[in-house]
Amino acid sequence: MSVMTSAIVARVPSALVGTPHVRREPVFVRWAIIAISLVFLTIFLVLPLAAVFMQAFARGIGPYLGALTHPDAVAAIQLTLLVAAISVSLNLVFGLIAAWAIAKFEFPGKGILVTLIDLPFSISPVISGLVFVLLFGAQGFFGAYLQAHDIKIIFALPGIVLATLLVTFPFVARELIPLMKEQGTQDEEAAISLGASGLQTFFRVTLPNVKWALLYGALLCNARAMGEFGAVSVVSGHIRGETNTMPLHIEILYNEYQFMASFAVASVLALLALLTLIAKAVLERTTRHS
Amino acid sequence: MSAFADIAGPTEPRIPPAGARWKARRHPSVIPGFGLTLGLTLSWLALIVLIPVAGLFLKSTELSFDQFWSIVTSRRSLHAFQISFGLSLVAAAINLVFGTLIVWALVRYEFPGRRIFDAIIDIPFALPTAVAGIALTTLFAENGWLGSPLALLGIKVSFTPLGILMALIFIGLPFVVRTVQPVLLDLEVELEEAAMTLGANRWQVFAKVIMPIVVPALLTGFALAFARAVGEYGSVIFIAGNLPNVSEIAPLLIVIRLEEFKYADATALAVVMLLASFALLLAINRLQQWSEARTARG
Repeated sequence: MSVMTSAIVARVPSALVGTPHVRREPVFVRWAIIAISLVFLTIFLVLPLAAVFMQAFARGIGPYLGALTHPDAVAAIQLTLLVAAISVSLNLVFGLIAAWAIAKFEFPGKGILVTLIDLPFSISPVISGLVFVLLFGAQGFFGAYLQAHDIKIIFALPGIVLATLLVTFPFVARELIPLMKEQGTQDEEAAISLGASGLQTFFRVTLPNVKWALLYGALLCNARAMGEFGAVSVVSGHIRGETNTMPLHIEILYNEYQFMASFAVASVLALLALLTLIAKAVLERTTRHS
Repeated sequence: MSAFADIAGPTEPRIPPAGARWKARRHPSVIPGFGLTLGLTLSWLALIVLIPVAGLFLKSTELSFDQFWSIVTSRRSLHAFQISFGLSLVAAAINLVFGTLIVWALVRYEFPGRRIFDAIIDIPFALPTAVAGIALTTLFAENGWLGSPLALLGIKVSFTPLGILMALIFIGLPFVVRTVQPVLLDLEVELEEAAMTLGANRWQVFAKVIMPIVVPALLTGFALAFARAVGEYGSVIFIAGNLPNVSEIAPLLIVIRLEEFKYADATALAVVMLLASFALLLAINRLQQWSEARTARG
């Protein structure tokens, strides 16, 4: 959040007084920079997004709704919602616990711990899936044991949840840690010295202080959980109507040349992405006013 | 905000007096729950991240060094690494140039729609990679909005390495913009005024005053975009064409080996990719410390 708050603070004066004279480039340089930027952003960001919705509605609203209400699509949407609900709530709990330990206390090795929490960001999604196949797959370390006890992890819901958890691991914690560090421990110390218990302090002091960052982290985590493709693709087994999430369903439809249906499902995820960005903008405004 | 920037958080440049750490230990915090929350954090981290990743390295020890070496240096593997690392480097370089221009336009100039363009920079963070993949493929296909004019010029994008490059530019762009933007915003106008009063022209101010302050952030953004592109899978495989030795990226080769039940091959390739990620993570941490020291932020 600190990046954004500083961005906003610095933007106010320039909006009030205009660009200071020393910062003015010649007109043609200014125009060239703006033109190149807008063309680049249009090609790489605006057009792909527009293409998703154009293709989705290429044959009108009827076939669009038909593609979304197909039993396989409905099953994929349900599975995606379930996986996102499980992984977002687990990440919320973990994020709060980790941020409490890291932001409120001093201990040796803290830097390493923070780096390890961020580690999943730099692992290829494919590898995030592969590691669970190596642990729980038929050839994996626990494969024989799991088969003997008839427990299915890979090519089933638990595998998809594990892979999603690994990929989304840092999202909530990394939003909370800098903010809780910045807020310090004075509020909590005051609450404790006035006789509040640890849990009371957490729920009545700490949680209200970080509620927007928590919501923001949950939004980002949710967007990634619903959209994760590589990691889930490796552990899912692509069983239609059973272990297909929305992104995997998009892939299958696309590879079967059912482009319209594929883009119809994709448009739902694109809409989710747009809503996430709008919510982010609104949250940034809310935190600026408070 | 970059989902990936400020990894290490602000570093505190204070030097504690000798024995301060021990003193702090003798006066423990009144806030409860340290042991419990740290214990839960470490256990959960171990369960979801550390043990699975360690399992990958353990699995790779089942291979002899010669076996490992022959897998990762086979013709197809080398081509896949070359395509993944080479194109990621090119994509990050392109993002570095255009990202800098975009940041400059967003921070320094007023133009209609500026706020909207600023907001959409984060689309690659929020849009699922599979959706981005099929959208870019359609856009750059020979009958697509961008593909058909390019086809007239004899340039084929979809199903070629050029298509991979487009996808990698798409996913890397926000890393450069969101890393450089706050640094340029925080730059004090007095610095530029001082340089101009001393007789520098606009170009000299840019090259000798602004650039040295922004360079660490630029390099951080470049490294973040590169790291993300190297492991990218979803947005690439639709547009790539996936021809072995031509347009096959390393993550896809891992998936292919896995589907052929060649677990040893998949593991060996993954170990190489993972070691590269670790090296990049270290480099990025260093770059961010440098950037924070240079701009005295945090």
